[in-house]
Amino acid sequence: MNLPNRMLLSGNEAVALAARDAGVALGVGYPGTPSTEILENLSRLGGSAQWSPNEKVAFEVGLGVVFAGARAVVTMKHVGLNVAADPLFTAAYTGVSGGLVVVSADDPGMASSQNEQDNRNYARAAGVPTLEPSDSQEAYDFTLRAFEISERWRTPVMLRMTTRICHSKTIVCPDDAHRPAGPHAPSFVRDVKGRVMIPAYARQAHRRLRAKLADIRAWNEASELNKELGADRCLGIIAAGVSYTHAREAAPEAAVLKLGMTYPLPIEKIRAFVESVDRCVVIEEGDPYLAESIRACGMVVEDKPEMYRFGELDVERVRRILCGDVSPEASPPAGKPPQLCQGCPHRVVFSALSRLDCIVAGDIGCYTLGVLPPYEAMDTCVCMGASIGVGLGLRHVLPEEEARRVVSVIGDSTFVHSGLTGLVEMVYNPPSTGHVVLILDNDTTAMTGLQEHPGTGRRLDRQPTNRLVIEEVARAIGISQVHVVDPTAGVKAFQELLSSALSGGELVVIIARKVCQLAARKKS
Amino acid sequence: MSESSKTTNVVIAGLGGQGVLKASDILADALVRSGCDVKKSEVHGMSQRGGSVHSDVRFGSEVLSPMVPPGEGDFLVVLDGTQIEANLHALRDGGVLITPATILGEEGDMKAIEKAGGLPLTRQNFNVALLGALSTHLALSEEHWLAAIRANLPERAHAANAEVFDFGRAAAQGDRPAL
Repeated sequence: MNLPNRMLLSGNEAVALAARDAGVALGVGYPGTPSTEILENLSRLGGSAQWSPNEKVAFEVGLGVVFAGARAVVTMKHVGLNVAADPLFTAAYTGVSGGLVVVSADDPGMASSQNEQDNRNYARAAGVPTLEPSDSQEAYDFTLRAFEISERWRTPVMLRMTTRICHSKTIVCPDDAHRPAGPHAPSFVRDVKGRVMIPAYARQAHRRLRAKLADIRAWNEASELNKELGADRCLGIIAAGVSYTHAREAAPEAAVLKLGMTYPLPIEKIRAFVESVDRCVVIEEGDPYLAESIRACGMVVEDKPEMYRFGELDVERVRRILCGDVSPEASPPAGKPPQLCQGCPHRVVFSALSRLDCIVAGDIGCYTLGVLPPYEAMDTCVCMGASIGVGLGLRHVLPEEEARRVVSVIGDSTFVHSGLTGLVEMVYNPPSTGHVVLILDNDTTAMTGLQEHPGTGRRLDRQPTNRLVIEEVARAIGISQVHVVDPTAGVKAFQELLSSALSGGELVVIIARKVCQLAARKKS
Repeated sequence: MSESSKTTNVVIAGLGGQGVLKASDILADALVRSGCDVKKSEVHGMSQRGGSVHSDVRFGSEVLSPMVPPGEGDFLVVLDGTQIEANLHALRDGGVLITPATILGEEGDMKAIEKAGGLPLTRQNFNVALLGALSTHLALSEEHWLAAIRANLPERAHAANAEVFDFGRAAAQGDRPAL
C-alpha cells in the first residue's frame, strides 16, 4: 500500500511535523541528543524555531508564548529537564492558555548522556500529564493529542520520548481529520491569581492542579490513548513506549495493555486488565515507574529483575524478563570508541593539559573525549557547567601544590548554557591560589551536530543575530586576565600560556578559539 | 508468527563517516517505495566521532521492535573490514555476510578495481556499491533502488552512484573487472 502521504520519519521528524500541523507559534529548546532534530526539522518545515541559551530559559520563553494564548513546543534531552525543572513545577500550578507541549527525550542506555534518569518521575513529581509514543506514527498523533489535552485542561503536557523513539524511522501517515482546531490568535488576558505564584495564590493553584489531575485521570480511564490487544489470558503484559514493540514481538500471543498516557494512570482500566489475566508482567525500560505505581494501588504484578533496570530493553531482554532469566547476559564485542577528529583544535589543548599533569574539572561536549587515550586528561564531568564550580571547590581545599594544577575546561556552547554564573562565583569567592578557566571556543555546539548558540552570532536557521562576545562578558564580570588564543597557531606558546596562568595565582580565563573543522566544512 | 509475515532483518555496520546511516536510509527508502512496513534504527551522537556505527533495517508486513534482536540478522553488511568481528553476533546461523571483499574479492583493492573497470568508485560511494551487492538477495525492483538513491543523494552524485550500485550488484555475482 503506497499512499501519497506515507512517509518514513524519525520520531523527532514526526514531532516536528505535528508541531507544524498544530500551528505552534514557536518551538524553543537547547540542543541535546536525542532531542536536537525536532527543532531543526520544525524550522525546515517552515515553522518558527529557536535555540535558547539553556533549557530553563527555553521553557520560560515557551511559557510566555502560551500565557499569550498561542501554542509552543519546548524540546530538550532528559537532563535538560533538570535545568528546566524550576519553571516546570510551577507552570503545572499556573497552567497555560495556549497549548504547551514539553518534549523530554530520555536516553536509557546512555548512547550520548551522563546518566539514564527516567523523566516519568518528573511527571508524577510535578503533576504534568504525560504521553509516551511507541513509534513515529504515535509521535505524530500523540503530539497533536498533547496540544488538545493541554488546552482542554489548561496544563503543560509532557511528551516523553526515548532515544529509540527519537531516532528510529518508522512509517507515518499524517491524518488531517485528527488535527486539533486552529490555535487562538495571541492576546493578553490578565490573570493575576492564576499566574502570580505568591503563596496566597499558589495555595489555591495547587488545589486546582490536583483537581485537574483527578479529572484527567478519570478521562484517561476511557481514553483511546490506551489500548488492549490479544485474547490469551495466561499471560498479560503492561507496557508503554518502545518497550511495547519489544514485548509484542517477544510474546506475540500474550494479552497486552499498551499505555499511551502514563501519567495520570488509568488505574481502574489497569485493575480490570490485571484481574483478567493469570499472570501479569510489567515491561518497562529504566525505573520501575509503572510497576511501583500499579503496586501502590494494591495490585499484584511482576516487574523486571533489577539487572534490566540498566540500559535499553530489546526483544531478547524482554524474552529473558518473561521467563525470569537472571543469568549473566552476553556482552557484544566492544566496537571502536569515538575520538576527537583528526586535526581537531581540542587535541592541542588536551596534549598540553596532559603534559602539564593538570587536574581537569571537565564539562559536557566533544571535548569530554579528552578523558580517553591518548590524552586521559579529564578528572571530573558531571553536568552542563559543572567544570567551573567543581574546579573552584577543588581549588578551595586542596593543598597549594595540587590546587595550582586545577583547571576548569568548558566549551563555548556549554559556557553560555551554564558557565556564566560559575564565572560570577569565581570572582565573588576567589580561591587563594587563583583559578584558570579554559573555554574551548569552536564556534558551534559540536557534539550534538553543529548547532548555533548565542556566542556564534547566528540563530537556529543560520541567519545572523546579535553575538554574545565571551571575552567581553568575562571582563565585565570582573576577570582581569582574559586571553584569546588560537591553540593551533603555536602549540608550545599555548602550553606556556597555560603554565604561567597556573602558577600566577590570578583569576584567568583563556579562550582557546578555533572553528570546529566540521562546522567550517559544512559552511563552505 | 506465520512464515509469510516474517520480518526480514538487515544490519549495516562500519565506522563513523563511512556512510552507514546513508546506506540504511537508501535501503529503508527503497523498501518504503515497495509498499512494505519498514523500521530503521540506529543511535546518533557519540558514534559520529569516528567510532563504530551500526544501523538496523527491518521490513515485512508488520514490523514491531525497531531493533534487530541479537543473532537474528538475515543480512549483515559491513563497510569496513575491521568491523566484521565486532558485528558478527548480529547475524543468524546461515545469514548472509556482505563485506568489502564481496565486491572487491579477497585481495581486492578499491583503487585497482576503480582503474581496471573505469569506475567512479570512491570511499564516499562505496556504501552504495555494497547496497548493490545486498540487492542481489532482496526482491526489490531496480526502479525502487534508483529512486531511493536519487532521493537521498545530491543530484551531482546520482549518475556515479547508479553506476556504482550496478557494479556492486554485478561484482557480488562474480562479475568484476579483471585485475
